[in-house]
Amino acid sequence: MNSISAAASAGTGSGSGTGTETGTGTGLSGERFPVRERFPVWKDKFSLVSSMIQRQDLAFVQVPMQTTVAFITHLRDLEGYAHLVFFTAIDYIEDGIFRLTYMLHNYRRHHDLGVQVDIPREDAGMESIHHLWPHGATYQRELKEMYGIDFPGSPGVDESFVLEGWHDIPPMRREFDTKEYSEKTYYPRPGRVTYDPTEYMKEKLYPSEAETW
Amino acid sequence: MVDVKQNSQRSKFPPVDAVTGKSRYNLLSGKYLKIWQGPQHPGITGNMSLELTVCGDEVIECKTHVGYLHRGFEKLMERRKYIQCFPLVCRICVPEPDFNEYLFAAGAEELAGIEVPEKALWYRTLTLEMARLASFLMWIGGQAGAFGMATIGQWTVTMRDYVLDLFEELSGGRIYHMYIIPGGVRSDLPAGYARRVEDTLVMIEKVLKDIDLAMMHNAVFKKRAVGLGVITPGMVDEYGITGPNARGSGIRRDIRKDLPYLVYDQLDFDIITEEGGDAYARTRVRMRETAQSIDLIRQMLRKMPAEGPFFRKLPNVLHWKVPTGQTYVQAECTRGEYGFFMVSDGTELPRRIYVRGPSYTHAVTLMERLAVHVNIADTAGLMVSLHTYPPEIER
Repeated sequence: MNSISAAASAGTGSGSGTGTETGTGTGLSGERFPVRERFPVWKDKFSLVSSMIQRQDLAFVQVPMQTTVAFITHLRDLEGYAHLVFFTAIDYIEDGIFRLTYMLHNYRRHHDLGVQVDIPREDAGMESIHHLWPHGATYQRELKEMYGIDFPGSPGVDESFVLEGWHDIPPMRREFDTKEYSEKTYYPRPGRVTYDPTEYMKEKLYPSEAETW
Repeated sequence: MVDVKQNSQRSKFPPVDAVTGKSRYNLLSGKYLKIWQGPQHPGITGNMSLELTVCGDEVIECKTHVGYLHRGFEKLMERRKYIQCFPLVCRICVPEPDFNEYLFAAGAEELAGIEVPEKALWYRTLTLEMARLASFLMWIGGQAGAFGMATIGQWTVTMRDYVLDLFEELSGGRIYHMYIIPGGVRSDLPAGYARRVEDTLVMIEKVLKDIDLAMMHNAVFKKRAVGLGVITPGMVDEYGITGPNARGSGIRRDIRKDLPYLVYDQLDFDIITEEGGDAYARTRVRMRETAQSIDLIRQMLRKMPAEGPFFRKLPNVLHWKVPTGQTYVQAECTRGEYGFFMVSDGTELPRRIYVRGPSYTHAVTLMERLAVHVNIADTAGLMVSLHTYPPEIER
């Protein structure tokens, strides 16, 4: 468990983790599907790192990189989580990791489960899931393009998806500065004035509230 | 090189090289032709394109290309305060922006532990159903137009415009409403609004009856739509298919019923399904859901509370720090499951917001599979029958 998760479980800090222990997030009002009972089984079989119940229909679990695809296959084939809702990444640049999130849905239980795994940012790569869901290849193609995370063997993973002729660093990485890029790429046009949004709103839109600050 | 006849059995993937993803059809053989349908094409749903390889009139390979409308919403939101993200999110989907507004607000409210007044829940549901109605009306026109019945498109776009009038009266905006905001909604219903909504619904109902006769019982429409782009029940989970595309294959799934949100648990409605899984079945589902949406709006106008607050005051939104946490909120939009995955690191800026649009799977992987062996003249009809919007693919 890294510093992010530890900070999150304590309810403080700047990162967002899934917590080191099972807890309840906002909005939990009675558990419809007792997913909590599955945690010990998953921990035993797939070395679950942490778990968190966010709502009665939503939980997050974190697993090590080595058991992730086996765990997802198990969930799909044996636990009813047959629907891959989405697959994305969160960049924790300060900890040197990407947190991959596979959101799975169980239609029988009407329950969402977010399976999360931390992978190093350097030479980022992960085992592919395109053999489980064909559209997994599309998500992986996008992750390669936007974050530079490789999925060896995934069909068309090296082809551009949204960006064409992009030669800069993958743009969804935190170090990619959109403001700097736009200033560099799109020259300033005459007559354009840039305001600091906070100051502008304070002065123009909320003058009465600003007096109370 | 792959022969068309040998490839007649459909596989999970188009006949591309497993490693490079490149086509295995040799264009230099003279047997095949490559045609781009889009991004400038009346038969394409928005700013995207299909790269079609045809052998005669038959499509033997399809590749979806997106990126013509990439504005980097998710990246932009990472350097904006929550309230600054709010005017961005509605722009992710033009015909149906309200779902983005609602889901962004619902996610932020859940993370921040903010409860929304009951009246606001009703108003939110009302606007979501009005958006559904407007979106379906636009879609009906698109589907009819793709099969050469452009007149029906003129009827439905006119009716959609009347719904946009209602949105304009409610929010000041015709396309982007920015009505659902974190904490509730922006304003109360104007005086006499319910009556004007009812007048519009009566007009739309009349046109829907005409459309039913002119389109659903039209021999040409039936001939072209029946058997086109068949989605089998087994494909639904395999390809992550949701919404009317799944319900057209007899799959009883609807988030409004399965995971009720807002006030849907207080409304009387059933999940609409059809058998067949083809473009015709999907059209029937959407036609029936359009009528259902009218019924839901009427129910809400009867049941919604007249008194009470419609907004809960938030902390100073310029310094609003949302507590550390993560959540996924979802809703049933016209095209299927729409969702926002939101991660907060306890600062004033969201750490990550991921937008899950149903078109992501429907327009790319599913379309690439369904288009194979379709006549090129029916590609537009197939594309529209999946009801996709590109902005939610490239966010």
